[in-house]
Amino acid sequence: MSMDSDTAAGTGTSPRLDSKVPAGATADKWENHKFSMKLVNPNNKRKFDVIVVGTGLAGASAAASLGELGYRVKAFTFHDSPRRAHSIAAQGGINAAKNYPNDGDSVHRLFYDTVKGGDYRSREANVHRLAEVSVNIIDQATAQGVPFARDYGGLLDNRSFGGAQVSRTFYARGQTGQQLLIGAYSALMRQVAAGTVELHTRAELLDVVLKEDRACGIVTRDLLSGEVTPHSAHAVVLATGGYGNVYFLSTNAMMCNVTAAWRAHKKGAFFANPCYTQIHPTCIPVSDDFQSKLTLMSESLRNDGRIWVPNGMDDARAAADIPESDRDYYLERKYPAFGNLVPRDVASRNAKTVCDEGRGIGPLKNGVFLDFQAVIARDGVEAISAKYGNLFDMYHRITGENPYDQPMRIYPAIHYTMGGLWVDYHLMTTVPGLYSIGEANFSDHGANRLGASALMQGLADGYFVLPYTIGDDLAGLLGQTAVPTDDPVFTEAVRGVEDEQKRWLSINGTRSVDQFHKQLGRIVWEHIGMERDKAGLEQALTDIPTLREEFHSDVRVLGSAATLNQSLEKAGRVADFFELAELMARDALEREESCGGHFRSEHQTDEGEAQRDDENFAHVAAWEWHSEGTAQTRHREELSFEDVALSQRSYK
Amino acid sequence: MGGGHGETISVTLRVWRQDGPDEPGRFDVHHQTISTDASFLEMLDLLNEELNAAGEEPVAFESDCREGICGTCGVMINGRAHGPQKATATCQLHMREFSDGDEIVIEPFRAAGFPVVRDLAVDRSPLDRIIEAGGYISVGTGAASDANLTPVPKVAADQAFDAAACIGCGACVAACPNSAAQLFTSAKIGHLGLLPQGQAERWSRTETMVETMEEYFGSCTNHGECSEACPKEISLDFIAFMNRDYIKAKVRNRALTGQH
Ligand SMILES: Cc1cc2nc3c(=O)[nH]c(=O)nc-3n(C[C@H](O)[C@H](O)[C@H](O)COP(=O)(O)OP(=O)(O)OC[C@H]3O[C@@H](n4cnc5c(N)ncnc54)[C@H](O)[C@@H]3O)c2cc1C
Ligand code: SF4
Ligand code: FES
Repeated sequence: MSMDSDTAAGTGTSPRLDSKVPAGATADKWENHKFSMKLVNPNNKRKFDVIVVGTGLAGASAAASLGELGYRVKAFTFHDSPRRAHSIAAQGGINAAKNYPNDGDSVHRLFYDTVKGGDYRSREANVHRLAEVSVNIIDQATAQGVPFARDYGGLLDNRSFGGAQVSRTFYARGQTGQQLLIGAYSALMRQVAAGTVELHTRAELLDVVLKEDRACGIVTRDLLSGEVTPHSAHAVVLATGGYGNVYFLSTNAMMCNVTAAWRAHKKGAFFANPCYTQIHPTCIPVSDDFQSKLTLMSESLRNDGRIWVPNGMDDARAAADIPESDRDYYLERKYPAFGNLVPRDVASRNAKTVCDEGRGIGPLKNGVFLDFQAVIARDGVEAISAKYGNLFDMYHRITGENPYDQPMRIYPAIHYTMGGLWVDYHLMTTVPGLYSIGEANFSDHGANRLGASALMQGLADGYFVLPYTIGDDLAGLLGQTAVPTDDPVFTEAVRGVEDEQKRWLSINGTRSVDQFHKQLGRIVWEHIGMERDKAGLEQALTDIPTLREEFHSDVRVLGSAATLNQSLEKAGRVADFFELAELMARDALEREESCGGHFRSEHQTDEGEAQRDDENFAHVAAWEWHSEGTAQTRHREELSFEDVALSQRSYK
Repeated sequence: MGGGHGETISVTLRVWRQDGPDEPGRFDVHHQTISTDASFLEMLDLLNEELNAAGEEPVAFESDCREGICGTCGVMINGRAHGPQKATATCQLHMREFSDGDEIVIEPFRAAGFPVVRDLAVDRSPLDRIIEAGGYISVGTGAASDANLTPVPKVAADQAFDAAACIGCGACVAACPNSAAQLFTSAKIGHLGLLPQGQAERWSRTETMVETMEEYFGSCTNHGECSEACPKEISLDFIAFMNRDYIKAKVRNRALTGQH
């Protein structure tokens, strides 16, 4: 099993995990630190090459900002255009402590809510900085032309989101992610035109290259020609998104994957809290075997819809035929104070419980009703259609059912991953010169992310944090040239990638990559999903390696490596998911507590709520890779809470 | 139309196959029996499973979000960009829009500016070149003033949004008999040109973007097919807006540099 890095003491931060959090009061740290960091003078910036992988919100904002500062940036995406990144799909909104509605919001309150919402498993200093720069993001995006919602006076409108008690969420219809990404993308394209950013599209990172323990570049494969190319730089930034697709079915875009982060992990970057994954309660349930992804129905629907299942098991009647007396509005019953608006994890787990009891609805009995009849009767069809029209239409298009006439069917689905590459206060991983930003890192959300906070974090990292912190490190490298790409470290890495492609093509087994991915997803969902327990996690730890072995001997990838070959692309990504899945199970097993998105059924209160163990687990678990077949080492970074008192969440 | 759960229909697919940009193409015929609950792309996923099992290379086609927002998907279905359903991207189209016995012809987006890279996948990068030519507001990180300093009339903000909703899928180009990119370009020019923040560069932006567009794409002869095919129903009014601004830009840009 795993080795704890400091088993002797049992506690204390591993010496490998220096968070570099500056001294001083939490609220002053960032301001003071900005002043104390080293600067690179404007003329010297052009002597540094920086690679940014990923052009979602985090990557595009970072690449654009670094380009503006004068660094020589190379930006990479495996999409055909930077504008396609998964960030584009975010619907609900982005938080910022602007306090425009004058309802009592402040940097401190956003900081406090985020630490509490993360179930006290995030680093206070990082979260505070995030809350501080949140206000700048709204200014920046607005100046770029992001058409946020406005009131009739022409000023910006806010809404309350995800159970927050203040209205701090800025939104752009149901397309906030799209509009923010177009803003960041346009800033990026401006730098491409200015010549400060060299853009590489359809280029997939397949390895991170180190020289003398420092990141010096990457290896990419051109997805059209298959050409494998080394790229060198003084620093490498990974902004490659989350790993929710390890579950196969998730709300993530089809191409989201862990490959960049995982390959960095195998080169020495510690992977933190892989078991922290977030379930979103309102998604359209799985309907068929051929289903390729899950669709999110915005959380805002819970403001007006009532969630229920029949009282009895296997009730096959249509919703309209089930009288009130036979319905169980279980959230309203169990949580009178919050009702249908309980946090994501609580709503999700309760849906699972009633379905497990056999009270699920729909053809596969795998959903619960989200019912709008009461609000339609109260406010009229028109009012509801003005609010939710596009969501109702989307639901109708996908399911063929009309939510104006019958309740929606919903079920939880994987949505976001809080775990990721461990980074210090500078957003640098445990590999010097290698950074990680956005969903790809583990930083600010602890064990649970609040709604509308991922967009905020990605853009905070990219626009306002990394451009400062990276200079402190680069300043020390002045006069050093980047490692040339004909250095043996690069030629070896290129050969490794080429060999990997050949290996996939040579197996010629019987099952497709997707079939394996689906099967893996089922194991991960079953055992490392909404609820975990020891027996299930141990089962996963035998099932995953078994299936993985079959994958490596029986997968069928046809065609060649010298053309667009989507099965070949997927093979490498699924291989990495297999290894990640195993680490998720191990991480979940070791974390003998429930917190946020990690619910261990052995650790719950009498009322069935998550039971944290602050004494033993108020730490980040960061895993160190050694080699194929060797157990990874679990390191810990202790978390201390100076400004936010630890308490048990309650929504009764 | 199908509808209801679990109905199954049989369709004949004529799918364009092309091994590479410079290779000749051909139609392959396949018969599929499929649930009407499947999305169009899930139907292609299943086809690919069958091909792979039979030892044939799967059909290359692109998609990512499968929620109609990223603009990655897009094929011609029976001659129509994104297929028969109005305001619907290929990934949002479901098999209940088809009937038992239908023949479905599936081709890549056909446009001079979008060379085929393989099977149903095309290269739409010229759209990025148009944005690069001026589809932005020049405000460096950190240079922005408070977001509420400049009120934006709600109507302007809403109209700008209608244009900004473009997903960059390129269906407008594929639907156009001239392979023109007017709708895409005008959506961006309209989005930025309608906002107060976008005024400083309004005329220079229009000029450079339109001229870059003309390097890659055909000219507009007002067919209106683009807006019909557009999954976001971007209005033809934006093309009129762009054309007006382009004519004005010629004068204004000279005026700005003192060449009256
Ligand atoms: C349906 C949905 C709705 C959401 N709604 C909200 C919301 O309302 N508010 C909110 O705050 N958050 C929301 N989120 C979460 C949020 O959208 C994401 O967490 C965030 O956008 C991630 O941004 P990113 O820049 O880190 O990564 P991404 O946007 O995922 O970008 C990753 C980038 O990396 C590139 N890439 C990845 N791997 C490689 C590789 N190996 N080689 C080369 N390039 C690579 C990709 O091409 C892409 O450019 C939502 C998420 C989903 C799924
Ligand atoms: S204008 Fe419409 S059809 Fe053209 S790229 Fe934009 S969304 Fe696609
Ligand atoms: S796959 Fe994203 S729009 Fe269709």
